[in-house]
Amino acid sequence: MENFANYLHDNFLWGAPLWVVQVIVQFGFALLLLMVFVSPFAGILSFIERRIAGRMQDRIGPNRVGPQGLLQFLADGIKSLLKEDLIPKSADKPLFIIAPYLVFLGMFTTFVALPFASKLIVADLNVGILYVFATSSLTVVGLVMAGWGSGSKWSMLGGMRAAAQVISYEIPAGLAALTVLLPAGSLSMQKIIASQGAHPWQWFIFSTPFTLVAFFILFTSLVAEGNRAPFDLPEAESELVSGYNTEYSGMRFVFFFFAEWANLYVMAAILTTLFLGGWQIPQSLSVASASAASWLPQVLQLIFFQLKCLAIIFLVIQLRWTLPRIRMDQLMTLCWKYMVPIGFFCVIGTAAWMMIFPQGAPKMAYLLTALAGVTVIYYFYRVVWQIKVSHAQIELNPFV
Amino acid sequence: MLLNMGPQHPSTHGVIRFVVKTDGEVMSEAMPDVGYLHRSIEKIGEICDYNGFMPYTDRADYLSAMNANQGYAMVVEKLLGLEVPRRAEFLRVIAAEFNRIISHLLSVGALAMDVGAATPFIHALKEREKVNDLMEALCGQRLTYNYVRIGGVSYDMPPNCSERCLDFLDRFEPQWDEFERLVSANKIFIERLSKVGTISREDAIAYNLVGPNLRASGVDYDLRRDIPYSIYPELDFNVIVGRGEQGEVGDSFDRYIVRVREIRESIKILRQCFSRIPEGDILAKMPKVLKPPVGEAYVRTESSRGDMGYYLISDGSAKAFRLRIRTGSFTGMAIIQKISQGMMIADLVTLIASLDVVAPEIDR
Repeated sequence: MENFANYLHDNFLWGAPLWVVQVIVQFGFALLLLMVFVSPFAGILSFIERRIAGRMQDRIGPNRVGPQGLLQFLADGIKSLLKEDLIPKSADKPLFIIAPYLVFLGMFTTFVALPFASKLIVADLNVGILYVFATSSLTVVGLVMAGWGSGSKWSMLGGMRAAAQVISYEIPAGLAALTVLLPAGSLSMQKIIASQGAHPWQWFIFSTPFTLVAFFILFTSLVAEGNRAPFDLPEAESELVSGYNTEYSGMRFVFFFFAEWANLYVMAAILTTLFLGGWQIPQSLSVASASAASWLPQVLQLIFFQLKCLAIIFLVIQLRWTLPRIRMDQLMTLCWKYMVPIGFFCVIGTAAWMMIFPQGAPKMAYLLTALAGVTVIYYFYRVVWQIKVSHAQIELNPFV
Repeated sequence: MLLNMGPQHPSTHGVIRFVVKTDGEVMSEAMPDVGYLHRSIEKIGEICDYNGFMPYTDRADYLSAMNANQGYAMVVEKLLGLEVPRRAEFLRVIAAEFNRIISHLLSVGALAMDVGAATPFIHALKEREKVNDLMEALCGQRLTYNYVRIGGVSYDMPPNCSERCLDFLDRFEPQWDEFERLVSANKIFIERLSKVGTISREDAIAYNLVGPNLRASGVDYDLRRDIPYSIYPELDFNVIVGRGEQGEVGDSFDRYIVRVREIRESIKILRQCFSRIPEGDILAKMPKVLKPPVGEAYVRTESSRGDMGYYLISDGSAKAFRLRIRTGSFTGMAIIQKISQGMMIADLVTLIASLDVVAPEIDR
């Protein structure tokens, strides 16, 4: 990188001081890394979501660009780049222009602290989880700016809703995360994962009944923070036209959606890290693969992490395409009257549990794991049953 | 804050405009502004001859064109004193009930979409497409059928039509169970609809609500049973009345569930029709140019959106002297201003959708 900066300085930018060129090159490199590394997450997630939605709605979904439509997001991105970037006359220009980047920034800086494997992490901050929550709430500033800056009343309503919603749901999210931080004893993402095991009964989600409840609280609040259905009030299409992003077009619009899909991944990663054992793989597997190649455990860890994330993402997508949207007052009631008190109760409960069972209660963990297993099996049974019922009636060619 | 909802808004179902006064999310008033889709259909009725006006009735209510066709044909027949062949009456009822099913399908699907669930809408439309296929087999059209003629219907059923229709009904009923599992029992959906936009029995009568909206408010009144026409007296079906299962009588959920259950009643009617349909002519013998005697007639039919009335004055010539169409959506719009006071914006969307207001039917 330095050589490249020197090369640029010597051959093209004779006037500029060397350190300026170096800083520019470093920023450019970071930007490139971010785009190359992060955009596949958002892009492929958009593809997965659209295909699942298509399947749920008895249609096909994107299947033209690339194999099975996998490259659809690239086509969409290029299309949006070529579109006119319209700024309404009544818009507050600086706010309107900055807003999407703030949303983008808030979502994508969280990737720095996500632990993909035991050595695959950009920065293992000692305040990791705090950093993730803090930067991801930066998006709300962008959303409010977008809503206000658009100069449209519908957008402003969307921005206001976003502010109220995201800020409110930070609190139960924080409380739910706290139930995990108590037994983990650290804010660092890697240490939280290290204090869990590879098997489900060693995960934090099943360690006490309170953490199990906290998992669902965190899940709900993260869905709400990410403005996903059934909590997609800020961008409610049928109510607020499209909320804060009504007036946006072209690349700025894409930034919003980029951030939304990236957020889907981020929330899955947070849940996986805190509750589902992160990248932990069984000890035997780790030893066996390490003897084959030193990098192999890392890859396996990455795969395990991604699989857990994908399971959560699938659940969120399925919820989105199944449930109707709740109303603003119901949203606030849910947060302040139910989730915050239950969250506090969970924190106190976990603390008490740790006092009573300093060594943990493995029997309870086994029991909860078994219960969860039964639930998952029932879920798949229902899915298969539903497919059987409805597919018994599908005629193959609807155009005949 | 003065908000302008429409004429282009995703959930006004066409070109309707509301001037909404809000304080944040809570509205103090929503004033409906109609007239964006006025196409002078009544005036056209005075210019066309009687047969020539039939396609325009499709456009008066494009979501249940068969019912609109039927009403107009009936009023002209009443003036002419014409007897319609029995097979034609059956065909009319079959077409009208199929049309009621797809109109209600679209209505409840759009309601689910306005509440925020995209999938039920697609599932409802999927079934609607299949009925459209059947309609296409019957009369060659998928939306504006122009099927009913004065004195009968235009085409007889194609050879295997009745088997296809019964086959569809057999497949449709489990699909409709699935839809209900997806929507009717959904906690969020119920929360969004119950006690929202409650219309009391008195208000419903005072504002002249008709059809499913009226029945949802607890008024047991269905033209097919109470002022019977066509072959409805021979058929066995229940009139669905809102009972306030998830809240109050006359709330949005009642309007939803009344439509959902009316679809099942329509299926029942259709099965009876297919088992009883007689052979015979489909069109009465008529002169080339219709010249009804001087006089006036008013005919009411139970359309998908309720009481659809045609008032016709004839001066003895080949064209109507005056034609007036009375539709359910118009009165449905009128009550929105009263009910919407103190509502949230999200609830206004629910209310509009649950009243099943169709823009072209309001203005005609």
